[in-house]
Order: sequence, then structure tokens, then C-alpha cells
Amino acid sequence: MNGDLRSPLARARGLGSAKQGLHHWWAQRITALALIPLVVWFAVSLVLMSGADYGAVRAWIGSPVVMVLLILTIAVGLHHAQLGLQVVIEDYVHADGAKLALIVLCRFIAVLFGLAAIVAILSIGFGG
Amino acid sequence: MSVANRPVHRPLSPHLQVYRRQLTSVLSILHRATGIALAAGALYLAIWVVCAASSPATYAGFQSFNTSILGRLFLGGWLFSAFYHLSNGIRHLFWDAGYGFELKDAYRSGWIVVGVSAVATLASWIVGLR
Ligand code: HEM
Repeated sequence: MNGDLRSPLARARGLGSAKQGLHHWWAQRITALALIPLVVWFAVSLVLMSGADYGAVRAWIGSPVVMVLLILTIAVGLHHAQLGLQVVIEDYVHADGAKLALIVLCRFIAVLFGLAAIVAILSIGFGG
Repeated sequence: MSVANRPVHRPLSPHLQVYRRQLTSVLSILHRATGIALAAGALYLAIWVVCAASSPATYAGFQSFNTSILGRLFLGGWLFSAFYHLSNGIRHLFWDAGYGFELKDAYRSGWIVVGVSAVATLASWIVGLR
């Protein structure tokens, strides 16, 4: 094996995929890197807050540092999740229409829940 | 041999019916499973803050699910998924940077992932799921 995994035809054409693969790959890795501290922070907080009541939870969510970290965790987490689910869908769903529909649905859900969460966090922090 | 006739040396998919289960393959599929679980968890996190932003009664309803058996299973499962996907994700990033590809390294890092996520999961269950 000469270390080249492309087929003879692909080698002759000399080009890779013309799609968004490289950008997608990087975005998945960069979001993973950012999520390392965020997920550790969130998991520890969740465990420590276990049993906290309505008032305590709101006071926690509404404090400035927590607001920033929580919004980051949700936004970056949903972005990474949606990139990851796209790969899973591409692996198992082969009909073009269904594949595209599922990927778009994942994006819509991610944006909807992400925006709802950000508005909720800001309203707890600023709305009193 | 002409280029067109040269055999294609690309990896072929494992055939699951005859594929022997081994640590590396189990950890690989677990990364995918926990990734999907965490995606559901991220939606749940959004629901949590939305409930906290609405009335005390709404939040009480949400909390009563969390403290139910099903809720405990769900949150406990989230903690396991987070610790596993996190540590195995770091293993993935090392591979992406070009390290740890030797078979013995892949097994060693695999067992480290098993150990770290087991200890972190147990500790979080003991402290958090009282
Ligand atoms: C909110 C938290 C997270 C969610 C919802 C999430 C979700 C996902 C999903 C759905 C996938 C696709 C799985 C697949 O293709 O088999 C994935 C892949 C990945 N995740 Fe995460 N993840 C999270 C946190 C993390 C963290 C903290 C890391 C830390 C390093 C990480 C590293 C990775 C990597 C490297 C991949 C690519 C794996 C591959 O190429 O097969 N993720 N994630």
C-alpha cells in the first residue's frame, strides 16, 4: 500500500470533495476543545446544586459569571451536537431528501432551543 | 499493471455479524451513543432554564420529574455520558493531533478512559443523586 487511500479515479482527478468537509471537521474539533472546561464546570455545578430550590437556582443562573458560562455551554454544546448529529445522519440515512430534511430539522431544533435558553437566562439575570 | 487495473487498497467496513467485540470497538460506538444522549441532554438543559424563568409552580413540576426514579435515571445517565464522552473526546483529539495510534497505546488510553469515567460517574452519583 502506498499510503494513499483514494481510488485511482480520485487520484487522477487530483481533487478532494468539493463539499464543506474540512470546515465541518475543524468546527467539530474547536467546539470540542471549548467544551472541555465548560462541561467539567457544568457537571460539577449540577452535582453541587442538587436539591437547590427555585430561588437558589435562579440566583445561581442570574449571577453574571454563571450567565456567561451557561450561555456559552448551551450555544457551543448545541453547535457541536448539531455538527455531530449531521455526521451520524450522513452515516445511516442514504436517501438524499430524507438526509437533508433530518439535518435541517436538527439545525432548526438546535437554534430554537438555544435561543429560548438564552432569552430565559437573560430574563432571569436582568428581569428580576 | 495499468492504473485502472490496480486493486483498490482502501479499508472495508467491518461485517458486524462476524466482527469480534473488543474494547476499542465498544468504546467507539459508546462515543456515538453518549454524543446522541448529550444532544438530548442539551435540549433538556434548555428546558431547565426556561422552566426556571417561568413561575415557581412550573419549576416545581420540572423538579418533581428530576427527583422521580425516571428523572434520577435520566440525570445519572447524563452524568455518565458527559464524563465518558469528555474523556474519550480528549482521546479523539490526541488521535487527531497524530498521537496514540499504536495498538497498545489505543488499548492503554482506552482503559484510562474507562477508569476515569467510572470513577467520575460514581463520585457524581454519590454526591449528586442523594
Ligand atoms: C454538550 C456536550 C456535548 C454534546 C451534546 C456532544 C455531542 C456529540 C455528538 C452527537 C457527536 C457525534 C458522534 C459521532 O459522530 O459518532 C460528537 C462527536 C464528538 N465529540 Fe462531542 N459532545 C459534547 C461534548 C464533547 C466534549 C466535552 C468533547 C471533548 C473533547 C467532545 C468531543 C467530541 C469529538 C472529538 C467528536 C468527534 C468524534 C469522531 O470523529 O468520531 N464532545 N459529540
